[in-house]
Amino acid sequence: MELSYYPGCTLKANAKNFETSALAILQHLDVTVKELEDWYCCGVCFSQTQDNLMQQIAPVRTLVKAKESNRRQLLALCTMCFNTLKRAIEFIKNDKEKRDTIHQFMDREDTKFYGDEVEVIDILTLIRQIGLDKLKAAIVKKAVDLKVASYYGCMLLRPQEIAIDSPDDPVIMEEIITHAGCENVYFPFRTECCGSYQIVSEPEIVRERARKIVGSAVKNGADLMVMLCPLCYYNLDEVQRDIQEEDATFQPLPVLYFTQLLALLMGLKPDLQDFRLHAIDPRPVLKRKGLL
Amino acid sequence: MSEMQKLVKVFIMGEAYEVPEGSTIIMAMEYAGFQMKRGVGCREGFCGACATVYREKGDYKLKGGLACQTVVSDGMMLAQIPFVPAEKPVYDISELTPDVDTIKILFPTVFRCVACNTCTKACPQEIKVMDYVQALKRGDIAKAADLSFDCIRCGLCALRCPAEIVQYNAATLAQRLYGRYLNKKSPELDERIDEIEEGKYENDLEELIKMPREEITRRYYSREIKLK
Ligand code: SF4
Ligand code: SF4
Repeated sequence: MELSYYPGCTLKANAKNFETSALAILQHLDVTVKELEDWYCCGVCFSQTQDNLMQQIAPVRTLVKAKESNRRQLLALCTMCFNTLKRAIEFIKNDKEKRDTIHQFMDREDTKFYGDEVEVIDILTLIRQIGLDKLKAAIVKKAVDLKVASYYGCMLLRPQEIAIDSPDDPVIMEEIITHAGCENVYFPFRTECCGSYQIVSEPEIVRERARKIVGSAVKNGADLMVMLCPLCYYNLDEVQRDIQEEDATFQPLPVLYFTQLLALLMGLKPDLQDFRLHAIDPRPVLKRKGLL
Repeated sequence: MSEMQKLVKVFIMGEAYEVPEGSTIIMAMEYAGFQMKRGVGCREGFCGACATVYREKGDYKLKGGLACQTVVSDGMMLAQIPFVPAEKPVYDISELTPDVDTIKILFPTVFRCVACNTCTKACPQEIKVMDYVQALKRGDIAKAADLSFDCIRCGLCALRCPAEIVQYNAATLAQRLYGRYLNKKSPELDERIDEIEEGKYENDLEELIKMPREEITRRYYSREIKLK
């Protein structure tokens, strides 16, 4: 299995643990991912100003490069990038008039993108395609007795047209966790928004969200929480530190990228991850459960 | 110019002039009687002083070029850009780190890039300007320094950018950061500095100083550049 890979800016700057662990587990599962030779910032958020085509061009440019790579699937690890690229495809596919204008504007590019030539894929769906039995077979740390809270956030589930699973009651993360030999913790806030960009202007909102989301996972007995979005990660890991400062009774919960946990369960070298990047240190619980 | 020289019509800042076919824009302007004080420099395509924008007959594209390197064509319209107003942050390189945080602080406009590629289209050096801006956006200083290596700071990219980024000053920062923090130390450089300090090249230098200009020119153009 071979597919193209779009890292996005954050994975190269702040979410290094996500990239290294994801690439390591895929290699372990015999999947070859090739980073696009040229790629561009996706714009981070799909632009809602659909008439301002200048704001729609960035993701299209990367999709053009993906088409030129001649590999049909493009893996986007960061869920923000995933969401933006997927929606850009929908936009290009469905609005012929705007697509034509964009093609006319991009007159230097020999390749024109129409929407169907590239399939953007997230890592959960990819793992399903690789096969859950294959995943199961790759797990070496068995019976770890670990209770995992899977947090989806928004970007993989909304809007409906690009959702990888049921927006209200998704199962894909839990399914993979089960096959990886851990126990799932169901908590009511697993598909709620973390507050996203409010962290910049209204951090109070995010603190409130983080308190609810983390608190509910803790209440339901989680040992740790896993996710796939670097912004959710920031809001739910880093912000716990602020909450701790104002509230001594707050019970913190270690947060990991989904792929970090899988890499540990597969027995891949723990030093490919840098645990110093975590605000809430996951090492004590990982050691207790025999994962480190 | 010989009498048989064919003339072409060009429009310099809106006025028509007949100039010899095959001239560069600089030559054409001087032929037309312009006295160049700004907008001209080395005349060899290295200094970036002679940025010019032009349109060729029958082509909708507004192009950028160096007046000393671009040959006129019949019906060309052109205007020179002798100066580009551009923001330039002041920094002490020894206090910086070669990562995205430095770019965020010194060139926040970089994060406004919408990947329209207008800068790349404008660049007379055929640099992938958008690609180096994008590399800066994700803190890939080495890539930005490498892609922008041939930049001559003509300023055309910055003039066309809808996000008002001053690409070439950001490129300068990337190159400085690369040189200071990321480049591998070359032992050859230290050897060379020692040799110079020992006066190893005095005789060669003397010879060059006495050499007639034609010979220096000949040698300069026939030199071999060795890359390791
Ligand atoms: S990158 Fe910009 S300043 Fe540098 S040569 Fe190209 S257009 Fe001129
Ligand atoms: S012109 Fe400006 S906005 Fe457009 S790609 Fe270049 S740097 Fe980005």
